[in-house]
This record gives sequence, C-alpha cells and structure tokens, in this order.
Amino acid sequence: MVVSMQIAPPDFDRMFGALADATRRDIVRRAIDSEEGVAEVAGHYAMSFAAVQKHIAILERAGLVTKERIGRRKVVRTNLEGLRIARRLLDQYEELWRGRIGRMTALVAGTAEQPEEPDR
Amino acid sequence: MTVTAVRKDPEHLTMTLDADFDATPARVWQLWADPRQLERWWGPPTYPATFTKHDLTPGSRVEYHMTGPEGDQPRGFWDIVEVDPPRALIFRDGFANDDGSPNTDLPSNEVRVTIAEAGGRTTMSIKSVFVSAAAMEQVLAMGMEEGLMQAVGQIDAILAEDTVPSG
Repeated sequence: MVVSMQIAPPDFDRMFGALADATRRDIVRRAIDSEEGVAEVAGHYAMSFAAVQKHIAILERAGLVTKERIGRRKVVRTNLEGLRIARRLLDQYEELWRGRIGRMTALVAGTAEQPEEPDR
Repeated sequence: MTVTAVRKDPEHLTMTLDADFDATPARVWQLWADPRQLERWWGPPTYPATFTKHDLTPGSRVEYHMTGPEGDQPRGFWDIVEVDPPRALIFRDGFANDDGSPNTDLPSNEVRVTIAEAGGRTTMSIKSVFVSAAAMEQVLAMGMEEGLMQAVGQIDAILAEDTVPSG
C-alpha cells in the first residue's frame, strides 16, 4: 500500500501548529536527509514510542512529513515543499513590510516635499 | 535598504522587523500620524491606501481602504490600543466589510511600533503578532495580492503534481 505523497492542500494553521513544538521541529530537521523508520526516529527522544508516533502523525497531517513504506519499514521523510510553503508565508510578510519601509525611507529622504526639515 | 534586522518566529507567529532612518523620531512618527503621509507608504503602488478616518487616540478606530488595479477596494481598520508620540503605537489591524464595519469573520493582527532615537538617527521596530496562521494569510492576501497569487500558483503547481484531486 502506497502511503507516500498523500499531501493535503496546504492548511497554514495546521502547518504552523505542527511547527509550534520543539520535538516536532527536531523531527522535521532530522528527517530531511535521513531514512529512518518511526521506531528509529523514536529512539532519539526521551519519550514513549506512542508519543513520538503521535508527533509524526501531526506532522504528516500538516503535510510536513510523509511516511513511505520501504520493505517492512515506514520511512519518515520531510516534505520540503510543505516546509517551503510555511516559510514562504513568513517571507511574504517580511516582503510586505520591507516594501513599506522602503517607501517610508523615500518619504523621509524627500525633504523638499515635506513642510518640515528633518534634523540631520 | 534600511531594514537592519528581521526576526521571524513561526512558533509564536510573530515577526519583528527593525529599521533605521536618517531622521528624527518626530519625523518618523509623522509617517504614522499624518494620514496623507501614511497613504504614501501603507499600500504597495499597485494597491494604494486611502485613510478615510484617522485619529490616533486609544480606543478610536482608523478606517482605510485600498484600491486595486481592477478597481477592487478591500477595506481595513485599525483599533488603536496605545499611543505615546513619538515613541510607541499599538493597534489591531483588521478587515472591514464594504460598509466599513469590522469583519469579525476575519482575524486581526496586533502591530506594535516602537520608535527610538539612536545616535542622531532613529530606529523603528515593528512587531506583528498574529492570532493564527490564517490571520497572517489574510493580511498577506490584502496588500500583497501579487506575491500571494504567485504563491498560490506555486501551491497549485505542487498540488497538481500530487495525487490529490483539485477543488
């Protein structure tokens, strides 16, 4: 049964909610370039297998990791595209404000148009 | 670029951006306090903003709309929380209905502006706190139509590659 690439349409709340936990962020980082199964991932954390399994399920629902069955194992892999989408949202907000500050700077610099001369 | 630092914290849905201006705090404050100045920077060139009600007093509501290339006019408001000229301004930035009343279906985000004199120059810090990622998405949808359309296009492309049926 193929379980890989079952990515739900992006749900930003779910995505950020999933990232709002240190263990889950660590799992995401670890699974970028590893080929570990759920049990191996669980071995890195001082918590029960079930607890780690739950974290992985949350990440999976958020579209941040996928589980791919390879032989008898289910390999946990980070869905880089999911991560990029989350990041892009923050990046866009940064761009929005960078644009605003660029315009503010131009306004402040264009002293000729202003009634007051700013101190320099 | 006068932006000196950006800190993005997906965990707490906040973004803090520091900027540096070659001007006095009073001059930087004017960018917020004078609606005609505000109109020249709040919206991107493709979505200029018009402030129809502007009173920076705690408890008062500032009203504005933006005008898009297609003539669309998304409306927004600020609920002023705290004002300390020329040092601090805190407001909730939200979406409004066509009649100007707050759209309570859409979430707002809190913007905290801090302005300080630093060695003859002025630093301004903007801290945005979102109640949810959906709130953030909404703010982006209104002010950054173009960028968001690109992102949506990219997301669509990603989804098209997957096995999820569209729609």
